[in-house]
Amino acid sequence: MTTRRVAISRRDFLIGTAAAGAGLSLGLYLPFGPRTALAAAGTPEVNAWVVIEPDDTVIIRIARSEMGQGTLTGLAQLVAEELECDWTKVKTVYPTPGQSLARNRVWGSFSTGGSRGIRGSHQYVREGGALARVLLVEAAAEAWGVPIEECTAADSVIMHRPTGRTTRYGEVAAAAAQLVPPLQVELKDPQDWRLAGKPLKRLDTAEKLTGQQVFGADVQLPGMLNAAIKACPVFGGALAAFDADAVRELPGVRSVVRVGEDAVAVVADTWWQAKTALDKLPVTWDEGPNVGVSSASIAQWLADGLTADDAFVGNQSGDAKAALQGAAKTVEAVYAYPYQNHATMEPMNATARWTAERCEVWCPTQNGEAALQTAAEAAGLPAAQCEVYKIHLGGGFGRRGAFHDFVRQAVAIARQMPGTPVKLLWTREEDMLHGAYHPTTQARLVGGLDDTGELVGLRMRISGQSILASVRPAALKNGADMLVFQGLLPSGDHAISYSIPNLLIDHAMRNPPVPPGFWRGVNVNQNAIYMECFIDELAHAAGRDPLAFRRGLMSDHPRSLAVLNAVAEKVGWGTPAADGVHRGLAVCNAFASYVAACAEVSVDDRGRLKIHRIVAATDPGYAVNPQQIEAQVEGSFVFGLSALLYGECTVRGGRVEQENFDTYPSMLIGEMPKVETIVMPSGGFWGGVGEPTIAVAAPAVLNAIFAATGKRVRRFPLKNNDLRAA
Amino acid sequence: MATLNVNGEPFSIDVDGATPLLWVLREQLGLTGTKYSCGIGLCGACTVHIDGRAARSCVVPVSSLGTAQKVVTIEGLSPDGSHPLQRAWTELDVPQCGYCQPGMIMAAAALLETNPNPSDADIDAGLTNICRCGTFNRVRRGIHLAVQQKRSRGTS
Ligand code: FES
Ligand code: FES
Repeated sequence: MTTRRVAISRRDFLIGTAAAGAGLSLGLYLPFGPRTALAAAGTPEVNAWVVIEPDDTVIIRIARSEMGQGTLTGLAQLVAEELECDWTKVKTVYPTPGQSLARNRVWGSFSTGGSRGIRGSHQYVREGGALARVLLVEAAAEAWGVPIEECTAADSVIMHRPTGRTTRYGEVAAAAAQLVPPLQVELKDPQDWRLAGKPLKRLDTAEKLTGQQVFGADVQLPGMLNAAIKACPVFGGALAAFDADAVRELPGVRSVVRVGEDAVAVVADTWWQAKTALDKLPVTWDEGPNVGVSSASIAQWLADGLTADDAFVGNQSGDAKAALQGAAKTVEAVYAYPYQNHATMEPMNATARWTAERCEVWCPTQNGEAALQTAAEAAGLPAAQCEVYKIHLGGGFGRRGAFHDFVRQAVAIARQMPGTPVKLLWTREEDMLHGAYHPTTQARLVGGLDDTGELVGLRMRISGQSILASVRPAALKNGADMLVFQGLLPSGDHAISYSIPNLLIDHAMRNPPVPPGFWRGVNVNQNAIYMECFIDELAHAAGRDPLAFRRGLMSDHPRSLAVLNAVAEKVGWGTPAADGVHRGLAVCNAFASYVAACAEVSVDDRGRLKIHRIVAATDPGYAVNPQQIEAQVEGSFVFGLSALLYGECTVRGGRVEQENFDTYPSMLIGEMPKVETIVMPSGGFWGGVGEPTIAVAAPAVLNAIFAATGKRVRRFPLKNNDLRAA
Repeated sequence: MATLNVNGEPFSIDVDGATPLLWVLREQLGLTGTKYSCGIGLCGACTVHIDGRAARSCVVPVSSLGTAQKVVTIEGLSPDGSHPLQRAWTELDVPQCGYCQPGMIMAAAALLETNPNPSDADIDAGLTNICRCGTFNRVRRGIHLAVQQKRSRGTS
C-alpha cells in the first residue's frame, strides 16, 4: 500500500474559498452548504459524495443517470478508487434534483448525454472520494493522537503504520463528518488505479434479471390512477374538441382531460382501461399549418440548400474552389440522411402528484434538473416546492435529456386532480409520433485529385436541420449551429480526422417543422457517413487502397491513425477475407474519443446483406471499465446498424407515418455480427464511449457493401435499396 | 372474471376478458417484471411462459386462459435468481438498461426447454426480441454459457 501525500491546509481553505467558488467541487463543499435532510441521523455523510454507515457500507451518490451505459458503476469506481474503500461494500444512490438545488448544486450537472457521464465529472467525483478519504484518515489520526502522515487507508481500513493499529471507516465516519475538508487533494496517477480501469461487474445487474428493477413505467403509488394520452399527430396542430361523454361510463374511467394545447388524456383505474377508453374517444384535431408537409417536400427544400449561396462555414482552409477547378479529376456525390426515432424500449412516462403547495414527479430522465424545471413550470410552483425522483430508465439515447414533454403532460394531468398521483404512460404509437427526431440533412461533396491521385481539395455542403435552432437557440453562434459539424471541425472533441490542403465545409440551415433532438451519436451519425464513404469514393477514383489513401491524410492525426491501424492489423487488411466476404473501413473523432471500425460483409446474388464481423477500436483516453466499454461498443453497432438497415421516419400530411416496430424495425440477434473490440486508452484526455462508435458503424458497412457489389448507397436506410451487384 | 394460474398460484380476477395478460400481470397482480413496449406482439418485452412455451403476453387476452394453463413470469422463473440463464447473465453482465431483459431471458429459457443445446443458428431463429441497447452478443454468449455450466454441473 502506498502512502498518499495530501496537501492539507486549513489556511488555504479559508483564503481560497472565494476563488474556488466557481468550481463544481471544492468551493461548494461543506461546511458552507447547508446540511440537509440527506445527512440523516446515524448515517454520517462524510461529504456530499460519500456516506459511510457504521457497518462500513459505503454509499456513493451519483448525480448522472444510469440508462444502460454503465456510468453508475464507472463513476462509483472513480469515487471508490480515491476513497480507498472496500468495493464489496459499495452501494449507490441518486441524490434528488431538489436536494441539489437546496445545496447549491453540490453534485454539479445531472445532465447525462453527449457521452459526458464520466468525461464530464471524473475530476470532481474523484476529488469527492479523495477528500472523504482524507477526512476519514484525519478522524482516525485525531482519535489516536498521532500524525496524519503516519496513517494510511486501504479497503475501508485505516492503519497507523508505526504501531499497526487499525480502525474501520464505519467507526470514524461520524467524527470525519465533523471535520473541515482540505481545499486541495492530490489524485492518484491512473497507472496506480486498482478499481478504476478494471473490468469490474456492474453494480446494477441483479435486479434486472428477476423483474425486481423498477422502471418509470413500473412506478406504483398508493391511490395512484393511470393515464393514457393522445396529442395531435400533426406537428404544430392543436386539440380542437373531444366528446368525454362517449367514454365516461366505460369501466374504470375517472376523468377525461385536456392536456395543454394539443393533447387529451383519459385517466382511469388501470392503464389498460385508460387506453381502451382513449381509443374510443371521439377527438377532432385542428391540424394547423403543417398538413402539407411531406418527406418529398422536405427533401426538395433541403436539395435546394445544397447549392444555395448562404451558408455557415464550419471548417475552411486554403482555397477549395480554386483547388477543385485546377484538379485533374473531380468526384461528386450527394448523400441524404432520414429522420429517425429514438425508440427506447420503455415508452415515455412520468408519474406526478400535485397540490397547491407541492408537486412531485417520479420519472426516468437523463437530466433530473431539467425535469425539475419542467415540473415546476407545469405545476405553477417555485422549483423549491417541487421534487423529482429519478426512476430507472428503459433506455434514453437522448430522448429523455433535453425533452421533458412527458413530465409537462403528467403534471398538467395531475394538476386537474389535486392530491391524486397519476401515472402517464405513452403507447408505442404515441412515442413514435411524438419523437425528438434525429434531424434530416443532405450533403453534396466534391473532391479533387491531382494526376498522381493525391487529394487536393474537398468541398462539403450540408443542407438541413439544426437541432440547436430548435432546442437551444441561445447556443447558436451568430445564427450558426456548430454542432451540425460534429466530426468535421478543425479541432476539439469532434475534429475532422484528415488534413486536407484546400477544404470548405459549410451548412445551409433548413429547419422543417418536424421537431429534432439529440439522438445517440447526434450529428456524427450522418457526418461520418458523408465523410467516410466519400473518402472511400475518392480512394477508389484515385485507384488507391482505402487504408493507404486515408493514412496519407492522417499524419497530423496520430490518435485517429492509431485506432485505424489497430483495426486494420487485427482484421488482416491486405490479406484476403473469406470467400465472398469484403471489407470496409471508417474512422472518426467523436465525443473526445477516437474510434475506427472495419466491417466484413457479403451480399448474395439476391442482394441480401450479411454482416459477418466487425473489428472496432476505441481510444477514450482513460478506460474506467473496459468490459463496459466493450458492451457500449457492441451496443453502438446495434444502434448504428439498426439505423442504417431500417431507421426511417417518413412524413406525410405533416405527421410521421411509422407508429410501431412493424414499420420501424430494429435489428435482431440474427442480424448481429461478431464484434471484436480493441480498447486502447492512450491517456492524457477523457473521451466518451456511449456514442462515438455509432459514427463508424454505418460507413464501415457501406464501404464494405461497395467493395462487395460496386454499389454506392447514398440514401438511407438500406431497406429502400437494391443491393444486387452493379 | 378471469381465472389464472401464475407462478404456481391460482388467481381469480375481476377484469374484462379482452384485457391482455400483460396488463393483468402488471396491473392486477403487481408483477411488473413483464414489460410493455410495443403492444402488438413484435418486440418480446412482454414474453412469459404459458405451459412452458414463450408467449407474448401483450396479445394474449386473459379470457383465453384458465387455471389449467400455467403462466410463468420472470418473477417465477426461479425462486432466487438462480436459473442457469440468470447465473450466466450475471457472470457476463448482459443487461444494459435492462428493460428488454425479462422478456429476453424468458424467451431464451423457453428456447432451452425445447432445445437444450442451441447452435448460433438456432438462437438466431428462436430469439426475436428487440433490444435497443444492443446486448445481443452477450445474450448469445450467455445462452452458450448457461448450457455449458449446466452440463459441467451435470457431470461433476
Ligand atoms: S410488448 Fe408484447 S411483444 Fe412488444
Ligand atoms: S438492455 Fe436496454 S433494451 Fe435491452
